[in-house]
Amino acid sequence: MNPVLPFLEIEASSAPRVEVRFDGAPLLLPLGANLAAALLAAGIERFRDTPVSGAPRAPFCMMGACFDCLVEIDGMQRQACMIEVAEGLQITRPGSPEVRHVAS
Amino acid sequence: MSHRDLVIVGAGPAGMAAATEAANAGLSVTLLDEQPRAGGQIYRDVDHVPDHRAALLGPDYTAGRGLTVALRRSPVEHVTGAVVWSIEPGFCLSYSRDGRGAQLTADRVLLATGALERPMPLPGWTLPGVMTAGAGQILLKQSGVLARSAVLVGAGPLLYLIAVQMLRAGQPPLALVETQTGRNRRAALRHLGGALRGWPYMAKGLRMLAELKRGGVPRYTGAQDIRIEGDTRAEVLCFSHRGRTRRLACETVFLHHGVVPNTQAARALGVAHHWSTQQQCFVPTLDCWGRSDVPGVFVAGDGAGIGGAKAAALSGRLAALAIACDAARLTPDERDRRARPLRSARAREQAPRPFLDTAYPPCAQALSPRDETLVCRCEEVTAGTVRDHARAGCLGPNQTKAFGRVGMGPCQGRYCGLTVTALLAEATGQTPDQTGYYRIRPPLKPVTLGELASLKTPPATGKN
Ligand SMILES: Cc1cc2nc3c(=O)[nH]c(=O)nc-3n(C[C@H](O)[C@H](O)[C@H](O)COP(=O)(O)OP(=O)(O)OC[C@H]3O[C@@H](n4cnc5c(N)ncnc54)[C@H](O)[C@@H]3O)c2cc1C
Ligand code: FES
Repeated sequence: MNPVLPFLEIEASSAPRVEVRFDGAPLLLPLGANLAAALLAAGIERFRDTPVSGAPRAPFCMMGACFDCLVEIDGMQRQACMIEVAEGLQITRPGSPEVRHVAS
Repeated sequence: MSHRDLVIVGAGPAGMAAATEAANAGLSVTLLDEQPRAGGQIYRDVDHVPDHRAALLGPDYTAGRGLTVALRRSPVEHVTGAVVWSIEPGFCLSYSRDGRGAQLTADRVLLATGALERPMPLPGWTLPGVMTAGAGQILLKQSGVLARSAVLVGAGPLLYLIAVQMLRAGQPPLALVETQTGRNRRAALRHLGGALRGWPYMAKGLRMLAELKRGGVPRYTGAQDIRIEGDTRAEVLCFSHRGRTRRLACETVFLHHGVVPNTQAARALGVAHHWSTQQQCFVPTLDCWGRSDVPGVFVAGDGAGIGGAKAAALSGRLAALAIACDAARLTPDERDRRARPLRSARAREQAPRPFLDTAYPPCAQALSPRDETLVCRCEEVTAGTVRDHARAGCLGPNQTKAFGRVGMGPCQGRYCGLTVTALLAEATGQTPDQTGYYRIRPPLKPVTLGELASLKTPPATGKN
């Protein structure tokens, strides 16, 4: 497995890896890293589906301006590019109906 | 609630330089920025990056440490992670930090909120895998994360910079697909005098191009009819080049055709703006110190008009001198004496701009997208729908909200505002100034009820 991912980390991070869950699947991400960057590096390609047409979206600006990196954490939609990885984050993908089932 | 002589929003080069200068002149200064560390866009995380990454980002990046060190040594209170979402006249600033609301009052406000990538609506630009080139750079600077198989699309020196940084990091882009033409280059020659005054920048540009050539990165200039294809993510970049259609398989597409001032906060405060023909964007109307028509409100850095990092820092210092003088901490003579060398340095920094703006104009296809192209990413509104609004009698961006939902999503028009103005102006035959821009009301960023509840005096939050 492990096909070549679109993004790579250019140096081994010295930060300890902590477990977070994205749509229920466990991921090990560097503690304190930018969450959007860490998810991209972990191979997550689709962050949310739009409320209008259900189209898939992923980070576009990485500077808090476009809101395409919105994910759901503790029932709140937050910009993944504006938060840091913390142990135990439970992240779901906004807008995907199958996820809402899993989360409830 | 604490009170300050000056509150500055934005800790990029402009905000850092202004804060340090004003505090050293004796003002009490608070600097607010939503990022966890000082630096802004160009110097993002400059104090934090490992040596190896700093080396490949180059000396123009690490030069930012001069500003961060001076800021730390100054008495400035720098509040990190502070998302400013309301600035009320008088001035009361409301911001969120760690899920809680907080407020601060100030005699004067300096907005140093920087630039945004110019919106680049092309078919497929909303697909996962398509990002701004600036986003690619932020991934690299802040996180050491790099795209493996990326194409860079658009125009401008920042495109070459990121290409060179990717090359040095061992993952060169698959290609540069550039939209400027030979005609643009020839037109730019009449600004050669300015370009030569800004020779270090020109020399850097030529060095970058030579490095890309040595690195074997193909360049396609004068590209047209650009389209990103893919089902659920970007898969192919399609464009026409010298009469031939080309298809490049890729996983990531980085878009860039210049940056434009982020005017959200200034507009929310009612600062007057006007259209800059040279920069093809709205800029706040300011005097030579960065003073706006709203008493006590100053704007500096790229948010006042695109000039680059060094010009941003200089304009921050100039604004700080004027603010210190207005607050009676400096005599006008002293202000003017200190300003003189800053002004000539800034003029040198700005000298190459007309050449660059003419040689690398915005991509024409993205300024007037075809009907089926999405222009509002949030509400998924196409260019055709905006043109329909114009045909139905809509004259300006604020009226579009009576016709549909364009500009009403969470980004508040940051990535569609200029396109909507351009589409309406094109349809009505009016100028961008006559057409105008979205009215921006607080909150500048979405606020939660919890954040509001933790404030003692919730500010008025107008409806869109
Ligand atoms: C993504 C991107 C990458 C760039 N990279 C380069 C580069 O590598 N080289 C180069 O020469 N130029 C680059 N530029 C151009 C750049 O804008 C300038 O060179 C320089 O950063 C401008 O400095 P500034 O101080 O005006 O603004 P910035 O450096 O943009 O700083 C503005 C700051 O304001 C903060 N801010 C904005 N709104 C709010 C708010 N509501 N609440 C709290 N904080 C807020 C932001 O977090 C940011 O830190 C880049 C531009 C962008 C958009
Ligand atoms: S990627 Fe644009 S807001 Fe996060």
